[in-house]
Amino acid sequence: MSIIASGITKTFGQFKALNNVDLVVPSGKLVALLGPSGSGKTTLLRIIAGLEFADEGSGRIEFHGEDVSRVSAGERGVGFVFQHYALFRHMTVFENIAFGLRVRPRAERPPEKKIAARVNELLQLVQLDDLGRRFPSQLSGGQRQRVALARALAVEPKVLLLDEPFGALDAKVRKDLRRWLRQFHDEIQLTTVFVTHDQEEALEIADEVVIMNQAKVEQVGTPQEVYDRPISPFVYQFLGNVNVLREASSWGTTGPIRDNGRLAADGLLYVRPHDIAVARQDSGALGVPAVFRHVHTAGSQMLLTMELVHTRETVEAEISRTELAELNIKLNDLVLLRLRPSHTFQHDYAI
Amino acid sequence: MASATVSNLQRHRPPATSQPKVTQDPAWVRWLLTTIALLFVGFFLLLPLGAVFAEAFRRGIKAYFAAFNDADALSSIRLTLLAAAISVPANLVFGVAAAWAITKFDFRGKSLLITLIDLPFAVSPVISGLIYVLVFGLQGWFGPWLFEHDIKIIFAVPGIVLATTFVTFPFVAREIIPLMQSQGTDEEHAAITLGASGWQTFWRVTLPSIKWGLFYGIILCNARAMGEFGAVSVVSGHIRGETNTIPLHVEILYNEYNFVGAFAIASLLAVLAIITLVLKSFIEWKFHQGRAEA
Repeated sequence: MSIIASGITKTFGQFKALNNVDLVVPSGKLVALLGPSGSGKTTLLRIIAGLEFADEGSGRIEFHGEDVSRVSAGERGVGFVFQHYALFRHMTVFENIAFGLRVRPRAERPPEKKIAARVNELLQLVQLDDLGRRFPSQLSGGQRQRVALARALAVEPKVLLLDEPFGALDAKVRKDLRRWLRQFHDEIQLTTVFVTHDQEEALEIADEVVIMNQAKVEQVGTPQEVYDRPISPFVYQFLGNVNVLREASSWGTTGPIRDNGRLAADGLLYVRPHDIAVARQDSGALGVPAVFRHVHTAGSQMLLTMELVHTRETVEAEISRTELAELNIKLNDLVLLRLRPSHTFQHDYAI
Repeated sequence: MASATVSNLQRHRPPATSQPKVTQDPAWVRWLLTTIALLFVGFFLLLPLGAVFAEAFRRGIKAYFAAFNDADALSSIRLTLLAAAISVPANLVFGVAAAWAITKFDFRGKSLLITLIDLPFAVSPVISGLIYVLVFGLQGWFGPWLFEHDIKIIFAVPGIVLATTFVTFPFVAREIIPLMQSQGTDEEHAAITLGASGWQTFWRVTLPSIKWGLFYGIILCNARAMGEFGAVSVVSGHIRGETNTIPLHVEILYNEYNFVGAFAIASLLAVLAIITLVLKSFIEWKFHQGRAEA
């Protein structure tokens, strides 16, 4: 089921959390709301869920073409998963998952046998078959989050909303669990929106990434689109490492700059470290001269730090182990830098 | 993945270490401090408690129980139980409602409400009693009207219940507000998205998670309701067999030099205090157990 939010504004006292935000979530997709803290992403998610309401007279929320702006959270049919799980601490895992079925009006409440069957089915789905009788406090963080997911799914929601679902977990569990969520989503095909401030997480598992900043949506696109073609300096800097260089013109001769004609006199150049090529000074290649200052060798790519001779700016370049070996350079050697033929970005382009 | 997480946790558990010697004071300091604390507790807390029972049993067990075989004494016990039986549930309902409103919602005048809840703690009990005399007494605002309609509040049971309720007003609310604040509203929101009504959310989610804090508030409230002297003394009128509560009856007996009787009745309040403390420790233990689990 698709979700459309249009013209959503939300203020808390003096603070504007959302400023005329539009969002379209296509049916069956896994969409990430990505942004720094305070960008409004969680507020938007809570408004979609019906846990908050947009400012009076602003915007509307549609589920599958139907206006649900004034429908209460309980009647919207959303599954919501909280960052800190929000499991009912005095209930067993089984009772937590059964809760949504037990609170139904008597006429709609399934018989006890059906409830048990459904809960067990969900426990199996989230791979916690044997833990139904435990209490939340006896589970690890990753297990609790999966219980929260099963609980949300028990009421057969039409959309699934997750608020920083992996935020409170440690790095390893987080990676496992997000891959598991991706597979899980492929199996159940439920329209899902999740909030995160972790770029890696969003880029890795989302079909579509919505990047938010300062109460507005900055850019929407597939992970590849937003990574390769960021439409603003914010997006560029938020998604991965980037060198911000003055005197963009001096780089013009060293490689293709997109939208060459738009280079302003004070234009800044945005380049990812892996888009900078490093050559020896005696290679005879064209390039901007720099001094090799430091290398960070732990990882699959070598991260070289260099200082430009003319502007004394620091530039980072990412090259492979083999490339570094072939370069055969020592610290404080002079090198030549140029742009690889791919993505660059002019500051004045989009603003 | 699950098992990996568990083993990770176990691996990272810090090894058991012995207390470093640096943080220990010399033996004589420890002994001195402990002795001072024990002497203080003994003199100010245990000695009076012991004295109550010693005095009560001075003329033997028979005299002790004879003190209770008295219509006025029994009437004071009944009245105390009645006042507690009305004021504790009233403050329970009020306390839960106020705590629920304060911690789960935002509204105008919230800080005023929080301040007002504390008012009975800030005001001397005697003043609390006088307020009711001023309002409902014969010379007070509603006095003449009440007199005309033959309704007695001051120097009667309703006044005692009112004064007791006022004085014990903050106990339940004060106890559960911080608890509910620390628990946040996520669980309630989760219940609502799962389709629960406000009522279901309260009974199935909020109430069970605050139950120990609530019990704690109730026993403290009850102890105070039964033991209150000042406010009740002002509105009571000290009519024997009619408007005397246990503490007031103890005072009367004492003033009449009936020491065994006074201390025997007083020993009831002492026993109440001991039961309260035991229950309190038990609840604290339960509560921390629940906390550690959560």
